[in-house]
Amino acid sequence: MPAISANKKPLNNEAVISLRDLTAGYNRHAAVHHLNGEVRRGALMAIVGPNGSGKSTLIKSIVGVLKPMSGTCHVARDVTMAYLPQQSELDRSFPARVKDLVQLGLWQRRGLLSRYRNEDRQRITEALCAVGLEEFGDRPIDTLSGGQLQRALFARVLVQDADLILLDEPFNAVDEKTIRDLVALLRRWQAEGRTVVVVVHDLDLVRASFPEALVLARRPIAWGPTAQVVTAENMTRARQFQEAWNDDAHWCEPAPALQEA
Amino acid sequence: MFEFLVAPFLEFAFMQRALFGALLLSLSACPVGVFLMLRRMSLTGDAMSHAILPGAAAGFLLYGLEIVPMTVGGLIAGALVALAAGTVARLTVQKEDASVAAFYLVSLSIGVVMVSLRGSSVDLMHVLFGTVLALNDAALWLIVLVTAVTLLTLALFWRALVAECLDPLFLRSVSRLGGVVHFLFLGLVVLNLVAGFQALGTLLSVGLMILPAAAARFWVNDVAAMCIVAIGIGIAASLGGLLLSYHASLPSGPAIILSAGGVYLVSLLVGPRGVLRLLLPQFRHRTA
Repeated sequence: MPAISANKKPLNNEAVISLRDLTAGYNRHAAVHHLNGEVRRGALMAIVGPNGSGKSTLIKSIVGVLKPMSGTCHVARDVTMAYLPQQSELDRSFPARVKDLVQLGLWQRRGLLSRYRNEDRQRITEALCAVGLEEFGDRPIDTLSGGQLQRALFARVLVQDADLILLDEPFNAVDEKTIRDLVALLRRWQAEGRTVVVVVHDLDLVRASFPEALVLARRPIAWGPTAQVVTAENMTRARQFQEAWNDDAHWCEPAPALQEA
Repeated sequence: MFEFLVAPFLEFAFMQRALFGALLLSLSACPVGVFLMLRRMSLTGDAMSHAILPGAAAGFLLYGLEIVPMTVGGLIAGALVALAAGTVARLTVQKEDASVAAFYLVSLSIGVVMVSLRGSSVDLMHVLFGTVLALNDAALWLIVLVTAVTLLTLALFWRALVAECLDPLFLRSVSRLGGVVHFLFLGLVVLNLVAGFQALGTLLSVGLMILPAAAARFWVNDVAAMCIVAIGIGIAASLGGLLLSYHASLPSGPAIILSAGGVYLVSLLVGPRGVLRLLLPQFRHRTA
């Protein structure tokens, strides 16, 4: 597998993401409620939890496309980010080739006006090879299968060459072999010193491949080393949370920390 | 043949001016139309063409049939509707199709009321359908300016426009340009509609935007190529329409748009991505 870039900054204990009493949601209903914690540089972390438990909301807050309702979500300075949403707003009927889609990943490097260079084209080719789509560069995106498109989007993340990689349910509708390949890619990213946060539903996969996990059910159930956190007991607790918005839910009182301040 | 195709443009200054104006409009409006279509906003173009009516009417009421005040008025009305509709769509649950419809309908009715306050139906016809054969210097300069601004903006923001069409959420995750590009693009739409309305009228100026773009979709599958093909179709339709108008004594604006409509129908039928290709029986297939 070709190396995409030299190793990122050396591992240390520095926090890449710091959540301070983060509450985020929609229409005054909290989907993530008073979450505290840190993700350290070089972590490979899974976020697990039932449907509607706030996993995507948390990711969106970190990316910055959703503003917190209270608290803060801080990403360390000079950290570049790559984000693969669960429901892409990708227009598959748009007349673009796979190459063009992957090329979007050059945005942080080349921006609006800088010319693409040979090394950029090389980078795109390498990324397509890394996800097993080397023959697909010139294919129109509307001819790809769901799993192939997902791999193309992974290639775009590769091209982004980011320090912090946030993937929201990237393994949906993806076959086993592809999942294995993509997980190998996640491990490689971690080995390169990148921080990787992934929303995953397959608990066996989490136990096998992710050293760290956050069990979320609007509020955090547990956060730490996967073996201690992804337990039958914690998952049962997570499943008991009330999924639906409750229009009669109590207004949340200010958090104790805020009262003291 | 020469008599039929070239002589009218050599003999009459008004035909030369009309041709010049229509060619520039093709250069400018057709690529805008390609993006409008790819963003599934083809009908938004139509709605915006109605939305500029009260501005044009206000200019007309105050200064008569003068291009500058009518243009400025149209620009203001169009920009207001685009901004209001875009803002509502970005801030509330309402989608852009609904907010555009709401604002353009209000704008259109204001425009009709204003024209009826003073003008006759002849005036209304003029504002609605334009006269490419009566383009004066001011109108031509306006078209030159709009073409220059449009091509420059497209060149500068090309990457962001493509990204915003292809994957808007991705663009939002890496850049703050998403919203800017959206409004900039709506601005280009309004600008080109206003440039076109002296020549083609408020109602038909959107035709030169959408029809060549829609036709180009049947020929090529690449954004840049679509823009170029659309410009070619726009130029052909302008030439054909002006000749049709000259020889058959038809109103020029509708003649140009009808020519573009003809190209669209032909493309729909025989283009490589058109209907006939789909209907042809397929006797063979590849193994993979």
